[in-house]
Amino acid sequence: MEREIRLMKGNEAMAEAAIRAGMKAYFGYPITPQSEVMEYLFEQMPKRNFKVLQAESEVAAINMIYGAAGSGARVMTSSSSPGMSLMQEGISYIAAAELPCLLANIVRGGPGLGTIQPSQGDYFQAVKGGGHGDYKLIVLAPNSVQEMADFVFDGFKLAEKFRGPAMILSDGALGQMMEKVALLPEGSLPHTVPAWAATGKPANRPPNVITSLYIEPEKMEMINHTLQAKYKQLQKEEVRYEDYQTEDADIVLTAFGLSSRICQKAVDLAREQGIKAGLLRPITLFPFPEKKIAEIAETAKVFLDVEMNAGQMVEDVRLAVNGKKPVYFKGRMGGIIPSPEEILHEIEQISEQVLSYQN
Amino acid sequence: METEVLTPEVQEGFDCVYNKPDTLTDTRFHYCPGCGHGVAHRLLMEVIAELGIQEETIGVAPVGCSVFAYHYMNIDMQEAAHGRASAVATGVKRVLPDKYVFSYQGDGDLAAIGTAETIHTVNRGENILMIFINNGIYGMTGGQMAPTTLANMVTSTSPYGRSTEWAGFPLKITEMLAMLPGAYYVTRQAVHTPNSVRKAKKAIKLGFEYQKLKRGTCFIEIVSNCPSGWKMNPVDSNKWLEANMLTMYPLGDIKVPVKEGQGE
Ligand SMILES: Cc1ncc(C[n+]2csc(CCOP(=O)(O)OP(=O)(O)O)c2C)c(N)n1
Repeated sequence: MEREIRLMKGNEAMAEAAIRAGMKAYFGYPITPQSEVMEYLFEQMPKRNFKVLQAESEVAAINMIYGAAGSGARVMTSSSSPGMSLMQEGISYIAAAELPCLLANIVRGGPGLGTIQPSQGDYFQAVKGGGHGDYKLIVLAPNSVQEMADFVFDGFKLAEKFRGPAMILSDGALGQMMEKVALLPEGSLPHTVPAWAATGKPANRPPNVITSLYIEPEKMEMINHTLQAKYKQLQKEEVRYEDYQTEDADIVLTAFGLSSRICQKAVDLAREQGIKAGLLRPITLFPFPEKKIAEIAETAKVFLDVEMNAGQMVEDVRLAVNGKKPVYFKGRMGGIIPSPEEILHEIEQISEQVLSYQN
Repeated sequence: METEVLTPEVQEGFDCVYNKPDTLTDTRFHYCPGCGHGVAHRLLMEVIAELGIQEETIGVAPVGCSVFAYHYMNIDMQEAAHGRASAVATGVKRVLPDKYVFSYQGDGDLAAIGTAETIHTVNRGENILMIFINNGIYGMTGGQMAPTTLANMVTSTSPYGRSTEWAGFPLKITEMLAMLPGAYYVTRQAVHTPNSVRKAKKAIKLGFEYQKLKRGTCFIEIVSNCPSGWKMNPVDSNKWLEANMLTMYPLGDIKVPVKEGQGE
């Protein structure tokens, strides 16, 4: 497919991609560092075929998403950490009612009102459920403006295939920075209104009802089984990751999103010094590439997980490594982005302490 | 005194029997005897049947006693989170602007936890019909105080009567909403007597008819009873409603559309 090259901010690229992916409606509420998404969409609305509405809160926005998704429309919202927290109730309902939609969290530092600087502190919220009950989001973690755009298409596809919410988990740096992006053309992701949508009941079919309420525990358990079956299938079929020189690596870094870019640079610097470093970058945070990490744990000697938080994905890495090799963690918090040199320093120390005496 | 019992045989051939419209399912209401929810459901569905808009109508149910409205209403529906029905209805209407959309909410749902959504939905003038059942109490959760609970009224969380000093005042949200430019038609009705039922039905019909014009939100409050929550039998609850609820929440139109050419 012919792609159009543009120079864009991550947030704008995501918004433009959403229009091209056939998004019918967007509901949102301003918050730094993602406000450009809705601003871009409002600027484009008169010229193109979709609708944007600024809601009175993220609570309202996510429930508008529920209503529009339940009407069979391809819909999206985005926010940043405090706003995403407000949406959690609605997301739980959306997951339970099996409504496809795309969410984007342009994460900033927390907890609380925190900072508007980039962070990865919402990994737990995105990957472990976030709201109440047993549900999961399909979580895609871009590490470039290009992926901010591409994952909109992937997110809609997965959300619709698995009838549930998908999330782009990005951060304030990726949202704000400008890069070259090659955009897919409009109309490249066809959409039909699904048969289950509540669009008005014709005489010849029973009512379509969008609900998450099953008062009988037996029924509610059945619904849970349905959800869990989807998550199993996702884990089987939709895992994505990027493998950077892990094959012969002694020390394997694990990092997602923005940190993975920094780690890639750190791996290059380490290799220049003769340290066999590699990087495994999960692209889908759920489903998590646990098999791949377990596989690497057979050959690597040690892991170093790097995140812009206090250590969240590292728990999943440790579960996957399952005690076979030590897993170290390096994190920066509060909106601080670690430098490649800082990571290199960590790699050097680990290779001195762990790798030298193991050899 | 002897009461005449009408058997189906007696009624045959007469047009005096209530016919259930096919916009209502065969499912029996789970509502307590005498509860206004059932009457309000029936009126809504009668109107939809009479207007012939069953295929073009989407309803949004709340969290509250009427959470299962979609068991009874034979139309496409969505079940919203507590307080969010008007936001869900907004989402529906914005992607299906030519369909009829209504929300149906209790007073806790609409006027406490959902106040922000309520006000902003009306303020945007969403072209939907909002039905608001005001029974002055949280029915579903066992009779706690609602924002609409009358002063000194006993509920399970105001066991000595609502102290306005401690818990504030009964909220007349319908009057508040009528002040918003987005409100097109705002009225307060009841369903406790045959006459009030007829009037309420008329109002609901208008609410749907106006929706076609796309001029703003139609908002219909129905002052209702809650025999279980109020701890009264149905007849007494209706008497109490008349004597107490209607003084605080007087019936009648609060905002009616300005006729063409008359200006504001
Ligand atoms: C977020 C959330 N908080 C609380 C509840 C519990 N809850 C269910 S119904 C209800 C009150 C309903 O009262 P009202 O809206 O007046 O409707 P009624 O039952 O009287 O018809 C509450 C508090 C809930 N379901 N969700």
